[in-house]
Amino acid sequence: MADSIPLTGPIDLTSAPKARPLTLEVLHAWVTTVDHKKIGLMYIGYALVFLVIAGLEAIVMRLQLAVPENGLVSPQVFNRMFTMHGTTMVFFVGMPILFGFGNYVIPLMLGARDMAFPRLNAFSFWIAAFGGLLLYFSFLGGDGLYGAGTAPDVGWFAYAPLTAKVFSPGHSTDYWTLGILLSGIGSIGTALNIVTTIICMRCPGMKLSRMPLLVWLYFVTCCMVFVAVSPLTAAQIMLLIDRYLGGHFFDTQAGGSAVLWMHFFWIFGHPEVYILVLPAFGFANEIIPVFARKAIFGYPAMVAASVAIGFISLSVWAHHMFTVGLGPGANTFVALATMIIAVPTGIKIFNWIATLWGGNIRFTVPMLFCAAFLFQFLIAGLTGIMLGAAPFDWQLSGSYFVVAHFHYVLVGAIVFTIFAAFYYWYPKMSGRLMNETLGKWHFWLFLIGFHLTFDFMHIPGILGMPRRVYTYQLDRGWGIWNLIVSIGVIFQVLGVGCFVFNLLRSYFKGTIAGPDPWDAWTLEWSTDSPPPAYNFAAIPSVQSRRPLWDLKHPEDPDSKYEL
Amino acid sequence: MSGFILSEFGHFGLRMDIAHQWLLLVPSWLTEGRTSIFAPKATPAQLVFGLSMFVLAIAAAIFLATGGILAYVLIRYRRRATDSEHEPPQIYGSNQIELSWTVIPIMIIVVLFLTTARVIFNTEYATKPDAALDVVVIGHQFWWEFRYPKLGIVTANELHIPVSDPQHPTPTYLEMSSADTDHSFWVPQLAGKTDVIPNRVNVMWIDPQSPGLYLGQCAQYCGTQHAKMLLRVYAQSPNDFDAWVAEQRQPAKASTVDGQAVFLRNACINCHTIAGTIAKGRFGPDLTHLAGRDTIASGAVQNTPENLRKWIDNPERMKPGCMMPAMHLNDRDLTAVVFYLTTLH
Amino acid sequence: MVGILCLIAAESAVFIIFVVAYIFYLGKSISGPSPRDVLDIPIVGTICLLSSSLTVYLAVGALRKSKVGLCSLWLAATVLLGGVFLAGTALEWRQLIYKDGFTIRTNLFGTTFYSLVGLHATHVVVGLVMLALALVFALRGRLTEANAERLDVLSLYWHFVDAVWVVVFTVVYVLGR
Repeated sequence: MADSIPLTGPIDLTSAPKARPLTLEVLHAWVTTVDHKKIGLMYIGYALVFLVIAGLEAIVMRLQLAVPENGLVSPQVFNRMFTMHGTTMVFFVGMPILFGFGNYVIPLMLGARDMAFPRLNAFSFWIAAFGGLLLYFSFLGGDGLYGAGTAPDVGWFAYAPLTAKVFSPGHSTDYWTLGILLSGIGSIGTALNIVTTIICMRCPGMKLSRMPLLVWLYFVTCCMVFVAVSPLTAAQIMLLIDRYLGGHFFDTQAGGSAVLWMHFFWIFGHPEVYILVLPAFGFANEIIPVFARKAIFGYPAMVAASVAIGFISLSVWAHHMFTVGLGPGANTFVALATMIIAVPTGIKIFNWIATLWGGNIRFTVPMLFCAAFLFQFLIAGLTGIMLGAAPFDWQLSGSYFVVAHFHYVLVGAIVFTIFAAFYYWYPKMSGRLMNETLGKWHFWLFLIGFHLTFDFMHIPGILGMPRRVYTYQLDRGWGIWNLIVSIGVIFQVLGVGCFVFNLLRSYFKGTIAGPDPWDAWTLEWSTDSPPPAYNFAAIPSVQSRRPLWDLKHPEDPDSKYEL
Repeated sequence: MSGFILSEFGHFGLRMDIAHQWLLLVPSWLTEGRTSIFAPKATPAQLVFGLSMFVLAIAAAIFLATGGILAYVLIRYRRRATDSEHEPPQIYGSNQIELSWTVIPIMIIVVLFLTTARVIFNTEYATKPDAALDVVVIGHQFWWEFRYPKLGIVTANELHIPVSDPQHPTPTYLEMSSADTDHSFWVPQLAGKTDVIPNRVNVMWIDPQSPGLYLGQCAQYCGTQHAKMLLRVYAQSPNDFDAWVAEQRQPAKASTVDGQAVFLRNACINCHTIAGTIAKGRFGPDLTHLAGRDTIASGAVQNTPENLRKWIDNPERMKPGCMMPAMHLNDRDLTAVVFYLTTLH
Repeated sequence: MVGILCLIAAESAVFIIFVVAYIFYLGKSISGPSPRDVLDIPIVGTICLLSSSLTVYLAVGALRKSKVGLCSLWLAATVLLGGVFLAGTALEWRQLIYKDGFTIRTNLFGTTFYSLVGLHATHVVVGLVMLALALVFALRGRLTEANAERLDVLSLYWHFVDAVWVVVFTVVYVLGR
């Protein structure tokens, strides 16, 4: 009789306090855990550490580029900085943090007790974590036993033949390859887990059309992971064969093709950025309705748009190669496909606006971040359309305009929604609310810093400044813009500082949150904060998309109206 | 107005005039840069500029409309202290609305796409006039090699081409490949960039209409000194260009200065060519007419005797990570070689 | 079951990339032997591998009916047939490397051939190890009808490996020559 058991709080009356566990016991529990919540938290913690490290790398770059012909760091160091910054942010911040949130929240949202394969879950985390450590070990061991040791410096997309043994001697490139290879295996494992959990472990009554949108978006994301991460794995195996077994996959001297690497990499690379952004949409889909006090507008359209984005994004990789000379036919087709993605993406933006329309918007910190996300994602999408117009891309590609565009998506859309997700789910994960005042400081400082840096970054691109340059000529006129861009970093650092302080302080001193501090509607808010190891005292059963709304508004349940 | 394209696509000329007017709307701090993409001086760049203004206008309109509505919604529907505790009416969706905001964007995309396709084809399928100049471009780590096969000239880093008169077009066709890693040829005022890839030949064309110096640089990360692989394109009047060609075709004059002997007995000849001597190296730039160039180290520094001396003594200091080794010449030899090189007009 | 299907999806993508590389580089080797020069069609190995799909299917069927002995028999047959296939590949490679002097670094064809066939062979090895383990469990009486689902999942992986061979065989030995 699952539907007659109250959904708030577990029925656990055995609360005899245990003696405080030893540190070693705690450590052991965490290292050997297969609980999705702990693994999720480990992913998130791991990602935050790397966020700080990659942020430091960015700071070094911006200090070097703040003035023309600067000599702060050598070109060798700078080239390592941008390679490591990009690689770390994508593979060891972006992927882990999104898998971390997914791991934590999805079983709770589905009314399940854990993921489908808990041990695979742990394995995936640890292997991905090891990949990151391996990549950073390159700072010590990259040049091999006799060299000084350096990190990779081939750019995060590591174009061939720069990565061939002859142009990149030593082992720095191999650390790049192996670190990401391991992370890729972890990604495929987690994606497999998430898909299986979604298909097989939904609680009674939760048809696919009743799943929270966040779950739908993770489902699409993980399906894309299978199709997208594997080409990168394959290409990296080919690169290793070239470098160590004398193969010629990308050896242009033997007739190999540098363009083939580009194809393989971007077949991975483009879907990868959608893999990063779709979960961010998922967060927005959960947070915006709760703080607008309205159901999401157009759930079926949102699902369809997400699936469409997933599919189309698999076909547009060549828009990273407009300047390679693939021919007018290919360029035209890819330009069209790239522009078409704007349609489902626009649908999502319009649906969010429609959700806010007629609502009663509470501007809590998560909502502030989501509001900024909406504006910034709109702009990012529009600069993306500009880049999709191939001839315009012939000027803009490889310039700071592109760097500005993708940071607008990665930071302006994804990082902002990740911050929103932190403030939203932190109470569930820790039992305490984060401090609103500190949160607002974080928001405004980071907003100012973000716009100073990334709005103005478009201009050097228009003025002809290419990417991945450790310095630039005085007479190009790029100095003032680079200076403004670098100043924005200060505000972002302060903002993130507030955030980290808030995270730590709230754990000890935050207001107790209770199970449902935001008056939300999905299943994770029906259990304790933090949830007990078994998640729910009894597996819930649902009749609509917003089971808690139905409970709180029995006179007007969703199930009466759902399309 | 611009180039030979218009004779084939006459109505395009009208659009180019419109584009030229848009140029007036773009703020000067965006167009004044020596490498601004909004200051086109040749047909490919102008075609892109016209398209870019159109795309920007549409994007701006969408931003103002959507952003405006979003701002309105966030302000109008914010929670006020006087609001009741009741939840607002729950609206789940509307098929008609979804349809409208699917169809309208599709129509906008169609327009954008057709304009884009037209520019792609105009640029990539342009017919090559007989009077076009052919230049072979070879990208190296970290310098540019320019060969004029029909004129028998080889030079480096500073590309001299004739201006192109729209009535009698003489564009320059660049056939590009790389000797090592990926590069990209980008001179923003003349054209969009085209990648320079080993084991592959890419072709692009440029037709500057007024004489002058156009700046650019490598736009695809190619290694340590990617940042200083600069480009200088000198568009010259037909007379000036012919004079330059005539000068370049001469081998180096026979010389008796010490410096030539120093040059020829050291490892310099392994990498560099000086036409008329035994130096026939291909790994580094051709130095036959070095003294006629404004810069050395592919645009990184001015071509002065002091810089030459510093460069030959230890290139790492000016361009750390470049491929030229320090020559470890003693003072006397160094002075002699520098003097010799300054005589290579 | 969902899990193994996801894994198969991911692995298919990896194989597709290697197949694409192989096809792309056909005829592009600057020097060295071409497929026609050195490849013989591995008929015996192919027949063995494809038959092993049938035997593993029969093994699962037997386990579902709790006939553990019969299951062991079919599992042993599967492992044997797979082993013959691998031995055939090993002999083929020995001939190519030592008699024809044709290795992974000879030319583009060498690189793509050994990588693609080698990748497939690696998957065969993994599958054989798992099947051998299952055989050991069966022989020691630890396998029951309740494990039939798991064996079915493993057999699905094995069918995938065979399907990949069909593709590799067609591309390398039929179309490529």
